[in-house]
Amino acid sequence: MEKLFKSLRQTQVWKSVFRHGYPDTPRNRTLAVLSNTFLHLHPVKVRRSGIRLSYTWCMGGLTFFLFLNLTLTGLLLMFYYRPTAELAYQDIFALREHVSIGVMREMHRWGAHLMVITVWLHMYRVFLTGSYKPPREFNWNVGVILLVLTLLLSFTGYLLPWDQLAVWAITVGTNMARATPFLGHEGPGAALLSFGGVDFIHAGDDIRFGLLAGRFVGEGALLRFYVLHCVGFPLVAATLMAVHFWRVRKDGGISGPL
Amino acid sequence: MADDTPKTEPTEAQAPALKTAPLRGDISRRSFFSTLGLGWIAFGGAAAAGTGAMVRFMMPTVLYEPPQEFKAGFPNEFAVGAVDERFKASYGCWIVREPQGFYALSTTCTHLGCTPNWLSADEKFKCPCHGSGFLRTGINIEGPAPRPLERYKITLADDGQLLIDKNTKYQEEKGQWALDGAYLPYVA
Repeated sequence: MEKLFKSLRQTQVWKSVFRHGYPDTPRNRTLAVLSNTFLHLHPVKVRRSGIRLSYTWCMGGLTFFLFLNLTLTGLLLMFYYRPTAELAYQDIFALREHVSIGVMREMHRWGAHLMVITVWLHMYRVFLTGSYKPPREFNWNVGVILLVLTLLLSFTGYLLPWDQLAVWAITVGTNMARATPFLGHEGPGAALLSFGGVDFIHAGDDIRFGLLAGRFVGEGALLRFYVLHCVGFPLVAATLMAVHFWRVRKDGGISGPL
Repeated sequence: MADDTPKTEPTEAQAPALKTAPLRGDISRRSFFSTLGLGWIAFGGAAAAGTGAMVRFMMPTVLYEPPQEFKAGFPNEFAVGAVDERFKASYGCWIVREPQGFYALSTTCTHLGCTPNWLSADEKFKCPCHGSGFLRTGINIEGPAPRPLERYKITLADDGQLLIDKNTKYQEEKGQWALDGAYLPYVA
């Protein structure tokens, strides 16, 4: 057996994948992290305090875990869900009533609620431990954008069941976009963009119209929110998460206790 | 040659030759930078045009929504003193017939955008979401709604039917209900 492993480690295939020996020395352990695409985002070494639950609450890690979980369950839901006004509600209903392992949709929903909570708690922990201070102020800002993206993912996903709650929540939520300065037709500055009695910014061309693909929440809005929810926001969030984790490493690892 | 002279430093005889010699071909320093500048301007212009095209792409030109203008029928089809709910679901609009004329109320609650219900027994519009109430005129009387319901432009079309244009809205708090299109005087 020992011999078999030894000869296996001598093969070209093994050597092409693993560029270092067993991670049993400090050098090889470092190499194991540095030569791995996924691990290299992570600090090579973590402080003892960095893995103490009472210090980190593990909220950042749990958020990442939930993101992976939501990506997987969301991908599975996409195999059944059709984002049209006639089919959306019945597909969501079928995901619970007719599709095998009907908890996928519930896992996605509850996981999403949980992720919003863990993101907030993660932010709270970072604030309490002063981890936003130099040299980590850039990463705090990346985190703030990630928080907004999490809320946007939550918001866009809320429309997809296409029930009364969804439609009215998004109706109310997107009414805020009317008040965008200059870009919303009821916002400050929109009245200035009126030339010769013709409104340049009106309900049919303002920022809310672009978001909803119409004057109210309809089929166009459902498709737009679906694309943003499944492709747009997750791509941006995943990219920024890579930056976020990498910056933790570059800024000296998880901050130490005060 | 003495050893203390660094090898990389050009001697006095070589230096002028380096300054005047063209880099490669006939490209001078000046033409290199002007070409580079033109290149950046072209790139910036293309990027701006691309961004503009994407923004324009996101604005649909054909909508699968009810039209913003519609004809609601002839004035004598409306009972005096009634709130007509026929166009509530299709166009989001109540048409109120008074002895002296007509006005068209938006069915969007001014609190958070839900749709109130007309309670004829109580003589008021009542919003199911947060309990805002409005008189038949559209004036807010209870609940969190901060301002009266909006009115749409209502006129008579050439064929004598009522014509409602939802592109033009009249808000009471801005004094717009006194304007022409906010109220259609009509006595049968």
